[in-house]
Amino acid sequence: MAYQRLTREQIVQRVAQDIPEGSYVNLGIGLPTKIANYLDADKEIFLQSENGVLGMGPAPAKGEEDSDLINAGKEFITLLKGGSYFHHGDSFTMMRGGHIDICVLGAFQVAENGDLANWHTGSPDAIPAVGGAMDLAIGARNVFVTMEHVTKNGESKIVKNCSYPLTGMACVNRIYTDLAVIDVTPTGLVVAEMVPGLTLDELQKLTDAPLSIASL
Amino acid sequence: MIDKTSASIEEAIKQITDGSTVMIGGFGTAGQPAELIDALIAHGAKELTVVNNNAGNGEHGLAALLKAGQVRKIICSFPRQSDSYEFDKLYYAKKIELELVPQGNLAARIQAAGAGLGAIYTPTGYGTLLAEGKESKVIHNKGYVLEYPIHADFALIKAFKGDRWGNLTYRMSARNFGPIMATAAKCTIAQVNEIVPLGNIDPEHVITPGIFVKHVVAVKGK
Repeated sequence: MAYQRLTREQIVQRVAQDIPEGSYVNLGIGLPTKIANYLDADKEIFLQSENGVLGMGPAPAKGEEDSDLINAGKEFITLLKGGSYFHHGDSFTMMRGGHIDICVLGAFQVAENGDLANWHTGSPDAIPAVGGAMDLAIGARNVFVTMEHVTKNGESKIVKNCSYPLTGMACVNRIYTDLAVIDVTPTGLVVAEMVPGLTLDELQKLTDAPLSIASL
Repeated sequence: MIDKTSASIEEAIKQITDGSTVMIGGFGTAGQPAELIDALIAHGAKELTVVNNNAGNGEHGLAALLKAGQVRKIICSFPRQSDSYEFDKLYYAKKIELELVPQGNLAARIQAAGAGLGAIYTPTGYGTLLAEGKESKVIHNKGYVLEYPIHADFALIKAFKGDRWGNLTYRMSARNFGPIMATAAKCTIAQVNEIVPLGNIDPEHVITPGIFVKHVVAVKGK
């Protein structure tokens, strides 16, 4: 039976559904940042930005941009009523100290034990850059990853052991791909959802670590 | 009477000698003290170690300081960006040394220096490439890496309002590294948009108390 992969927009839309009201949330740069566009407007959710903003609002209208008010991706943002500014020490106290309920990060690879690789390909001629990824990986109470299930060459991004340099050890809780939602549990990877038409056998063939399915 | 305000950026900046470690505030260009950096370029001190979150954006500010060949080493968390080409050129030509530090460890090491701590155990980076060769310790079943403070000779920061005792306020997310860098340098030079009379800043709203600041210079700006 045919199945349809989710688009990148659909992946972030799916993540947005799992963010409860009242959560303190850090959205990583790139794809995860877009989750903000799909959060239910009726829910109060606190978005934190590593550069010292809590209560981040949407992008400003054209002409209203302020170069002193940006997010971690250095895009212009706004501040919601009730929001606050603080310095980097306080910001990383929030991030490293277990005060962020959910962070969402992109990834090159996630291992079956929750190891995360998302900062460096390990290529000797790449300039490494890490930013706040390692702090979030080990500091947030729940780490969600958004990524395509396989690389452009068809290699599984969910692996037994990461071949890329690690960002953090055993830190990922949940993986959202274009094919499935998968929980990292003490007993291994457990599939919580699959796109319609996809079977566990088909998903397993695309995944380099053993999967089981959530028992009903 | 104590007056830390200085009419001349050049007077404040000319204290910076070759080989100094200079913290420069800012996250990207937000909070980057562009006028102080311009003065440092004009002053010409060389062989600098620079501490900043990034490694310059575009043509101006920190990027221009790198391009001028005044920086021997940079300590930062996120050098590679779409517009970090000045750094990229130096890096590939092996003309600059890079110490890559996770952003929270950068902040914590700066704070440790300011607070007079000898070292810190941080969970960030444990088990990764960036902890290789460093001491580590398991405390209450969690792994930590031993990291040392980053002290500086000078901190160049951008604040919003300042007074003659050196009290500072900041504006929006331009605050970022300013308050913590001010604590970690022997000499902090703050550029402000406005110098205000003593007492004008509500004591409840002082973000950096003057004890951490040596010089306050006003620049035109927003």
